[in-house]
Amino acid sequence: MIELFHALTAPYASFLRYAFIVGIISSVPFGIVGTYVVTKRISYIAGAISHSILGGIGAALYFNFSPTLGAIASALISAFIIGFVSMYAKQREDSVIGSVWAIGMALGIMFISQTSAYTASLTSYLFGNILLISRTDLIVISILSLIVLLICCCFYSKFLAICFDEEHARSRGINVGFYYLLLLCLTAITIVLLVRIVGIIMVIALLTLPSAVASYFSKKLSSMMIISIIFCAFFTTVGLGTSFIYNLPSGPTIIIFAGFIYILIAIVSEGLKRHR
Amino acid sequence: MPTKDIISFENVSFSYSKIPVLENVSFKIKEFASACILGPNGGGKSTLLKLILGLIKPATGKVRVFNSFPASVRMKIGYMPQYTSFDSLFPITVMGVVLTGRVEKHLCGRYSQKDKETALEVLNLLNLENLINKNFSTLSGGQRQRVLIARALVSEPELLLLDEPTVNVDPGVGEDLIEILGKLSKKVTILTVSHDLGFVSRQFKNVLCVNRTVIKHPTSELTGNIISQIYDKDIRIVHHDKHTCIIGDEK
Repeated sequence: MIELFHALTAPYASFLRYAFIVGIISSVPFGIVGTYVVTKRISYIAGAISHSILGGIGAALYFNFSPTLGAIASALISAFIIGFVSMYAKQREDSVIGSVWAIGMALGIMFISQTSAYTASLTSYLFGNILLISRTDLIVISILSLIVLLICCCFYSKFLAICFDEEHARSRGINVGFYYLLLLCLTAITIVLLVRIVGIIMVIALLTLPSAVASYFSKKLSSMMIISIIFCAFFTTVGLGTSFIYNLPSGPTIIIFAGFIYILIAIVSEGLKRHR
Repeated sequence: MPTKDIISFENVSFSYSKIPVLENVSFKIKEFASACILGPNGGGKSTLLKLILGLIKPATGKVRVFNSFPASVRMKIGYMPQYTSFDSLFPITVMGVVLTGRVEKHLCGRYSQKDKETALEVLNLLNLENLINKNFSTLSGGQRQRVLIARALVSEPELLLLDEPTVNVDPGVGEDLIEILGKLSKKVTILTVSHDLGFVSRQFKNVLCVNRTVIKHPTSELTGNIISQIYDKDIRIVHHDKHTCIIGDEK
């Protein structure tokens, strides 16, 4: 524990400070967007978006531009494809989601395999690596978090109405298609924020687990969001600290800790329900 | 003074991917001439409501609501969909559900004081004032239906469309609903889908029988024969003191 505090203040380990700050800042959009993803039951879509990010990262490495930019672009493209398919071609939506998921990953691996200098970095993108976090990332992540936060606050009542009852929202003249696409885009941007820390494969768990835990304590969507934010920050901070002290990979440590807490709370609250 | 037409259908047809649902439908509903929609499942009842809301467009014919295109006057309509599609785990309070009935009033941000006051008025009207902060999913079937009616009313509509308000409701609670709708029908025009004939015969002057076509009957003419025709089946009708129910399978 003491060595963690030493490391956090040491000049050589700026990446560690960045990782903690990124974890806490991104908890805000993760808690908010995660709550929508869990209540609207679109975590499978979020999973496809997060995996397809590898395609964008691979392309960025191959063509030599910013991987974060590549990740955001590919996440948004996937969100649009899935959004349009689920709005206009109701049947076989799941096949398209599965295809976006796999094709994105396939493209990414293909690009990375052709980029000689980066062959070692595939695992860092898949499973997360806090050594990759730079000051620029910190700034980009803060700005994106702020954008997601502003949009979500602004359209809170619209998203709520759509997640609760799409048909009724449409009967009130709400452009359901537009807000659904917007929600998928916000999900896409949010996923990109923590890819560096937990990796493409596991980031979906950090989007859904805090909200799943929060759902046990909340009877309003807004309180579910606030509780998810707190749990998300708690998971990333404790996970990062543990991974540093015991020299474990950061992504899996955070996810295993989050999963453990979720199962614990699920068992306890089920037990309490039976007991009553 | 002649009352104005709230809804008018002229030779309207509609089909879902070439399967005709409604054919050559013409009828008119006057202001405050509340009516009930009867008909077998798949007969086109919900399609009729969606046409009135302008959520779908007719293949042929003219639909006019308040003498305008349905989509342009949608704001004047309060709509209660069937509640079977709700997620029982969704974290939302009764007040939250009712407020979504005014979701279109602001481009962005929170609900205003006016929205909340109107919601409270409507909740009082439906005797729901004690449940305001309850979680929607913990309510009984009858309470949920009343909350959904409150949501349809909170936008202060001139036309109220209810899709099966008495389904999943215990008989006693159904009585309350009938009374409430009776009160409301003096202020707004109500169009409701229901299989509950007791409900129909006591509160509505008109019945729209929907089974690919639409025929309007005065409620007083409703006989066992007509009902059998609507449902395409021999249907037994059970008369209780207060209720008349249709029993029989409708495939």
